Amino acid sequence: MIYSVEKEYQGMLDAYEKAGGDSNSLKTEGMAKLIVHENKVLSADEVPGVRLKFKPKENGIIAELRVEEGVKVKNPIHLCFGILPSEGLQDITFRVDVLSGAEVKVVAHCIFPNAVHVIHKMDAVINIGENAIFSYNETHYHGDSGGIEVIPKAKVILAEKAFYKNTFSLVQGCVGKLDFDYDIYSGANSVAEMVAKIYGKQDDYIKINEKVNLNGENARSLIKTRIVLRDRARAEVIGETQGNAPYARGHVDCTELVNGTEAVAKAIPVVSVTNDKAKITHEAAIGSIDRRQVETLMARGLDENEAVDVIVKGLLR
Amino acid sequence: MLSIENLQWGLNGKLVIDGLNMHVGRGEIYGILGENGTGKTSLTHLIMGTNNYKPTGGDILFEGQNLAGLSISQRARMGISLAWQEPVRIEGLMVEDYLRISGKNFGIEQVKHCLEMVGLSPSIYLSRDIDSTLSGGERKRIEMASLVAMHPKLAILDEPDSGVDIPSLPLILNSIMEMSRQGSSVLLITHNEKVVEIAHRVSVLCGGKIFMTGTPAETSHWFKDNCQTCPHINEPVEL
Ligand SMILES: Nc1ncnc2c1ncn2[C@@H]1O[C@H](COP(=O)(O)OP(=O)(O)OP(=O)(O)O)[C@@H](O)[C@H]1O
Ligand SMILES: [Mg+2]
Repeated sequence: MIYSVEKEYQGMLDAYEKAGGDSNSLKTEGMAKLIVHENKVLSADEVPGVRLKFKPKENGIIAELRVEEGVKVKNPIHLCFGILPSEGLQDITFRVDVLSGAEVKVVAHCIFPNAVHVIHKMDAVINIGENAIFSYNETHYHGDSGGIEVIPKAKVILAEKAFYKNTFSLVQGCVGKLDFDYDIYSGANSVAEMVAKIYGKQDDYIKINEKVNLNGENARSLIKTRIVLRDRARAEVIGETQGNAPYARGHVDCTELVNGTEAVAKAIPVVSVTNDKAKITHEAAIGSIDRRQVETLMARGLDENEAVDVIVKGLLR
Repeated sequence: MLSIENLQWGLNGKLVIDGLNMHVGRGEIYGILGENGTGKTSLTHLIMGTNNYKPTGGDILFEGQNLAGLSISQRARMGISLAWQEPVRIEGLMVEDYLRISGKNFGIEQVKHCLEMVGLSPSIYLSRDIDSTLSGGERKRIEMASLVAMHPKLAILDEPDSGVDIPSLPLILNSIMEMSRQGSSVLLITHNEKVVEIAHRVSVLCGGKIFMTGTPAETSHWFKDNCQTCPHINEPVEL
């Protein structure tokens, strides 16, 4: 199917709504935003102190987000990436520079409602300056076919006293294949928090590799992963934290729950310390969804998968 | 409505339910009175299909259909539901959403009504989670409200009175009677002979068998004289 730009724009707004976004926020003036369908930028807006540059490349775009020094961006910046047809490749190169003292929140939606053969790749380099605050909230909306591959990779560099929080949520539709790979380099007194919430179904395959290098004195980090699997879904989570500086503190917290006997969850926390004053802790728990919860909801007339969906919604809220 | 014929269920060579026969009519409140460990909860799981309980003998028929092999969901869709003796907590699930699920697309007014029936103020409880922050008695009442919302053909209530304070008990009993007036049959399970006063018929259960069936007054008498003084918990009295 060929989409016109206007139709694409409307299609993305509709899909955005379905994904739980408020499409008004994409239409409002005075909000920085970037809407990308396949390799086309459908809409791009800057606000004072926020620069959004982009240029096309084969099968995608190269985008740059720059928040100038000391700028505290009032409204969240909205990003929306998607592919509406059943097939396609979207390859995004993304560079983020949040200069020192700036504060910004990004709300990103990745929308692939009809994917049968879709690949979404994101290669990001994120620089957070001294005393800057950057929070990035990414929500995925996938269709039910599972014919999608999502490959987000990022290198995040935190300067002194930088604050970085990344929340990745993929609970609607099938994950397909996810290969998530983040590498974080933390400067002195910086704070990094990575949260991932994922619900795998059918034949989904989830691979998460998160690594925090606490290189600066007193740097702090938390890697928190919540995964629920049903059907034949599989997940492998590697959460690695290195304490390389005095008083660095890191914690890895991974919980995976499975329903049924065919889903497979694996958690590999890796903690290492090269400085004797650093302290890294981890907890990993793999369990099953409480059978009594499922049965209670089944006794209200839900079928088993519907019951698990309700429980997961609560767990991953 | 519900017919149980020569039902058997055992564990480790011991019969927990031992040749049980009973019949519950439409709209009837049928009380089951039994001491601890006599098989009451086991019976609820066998009817609902929960806890992976499957009869080792006999049949359970609902509206003439044999329940053997049916899933919990299928039984629920036929109109059977269960309020557990110890209802489970579900983190992140709001009371309002639980009651909406139970009531199949219930509107907010209907949800509120169900909470009021069990004496819980909607303004306080609608947005609470069904997690461990609820007290035991609150959770029990919400379970009751959930069955009121579901309006099943057969409500199995496993000790709806346990954990509920004395002043609130009449509310719970009232909502059970209301369910029956609205056409639901109720299997009312308890060890409290006061509770079965609202039943149309009551059976005494011991050792997985029904020992006698009669009016609430008759059974309560018999229960007091025999079961409450019986030295062998789980063992039927010699008659
Ligand atoms: N899964 C099980 N494993 C071992 N014993 C069991 C199991 N389920 C039930 N029983 C035993 O079967 C008997 C009946 O249990 P049940 O829970 O049905 O009793 P009850 O009448 O509901 O008691 P209460 O009034 O305490 O709730 C008890 O002796 C109990 O210990
Ligand atoms: Mg019991």
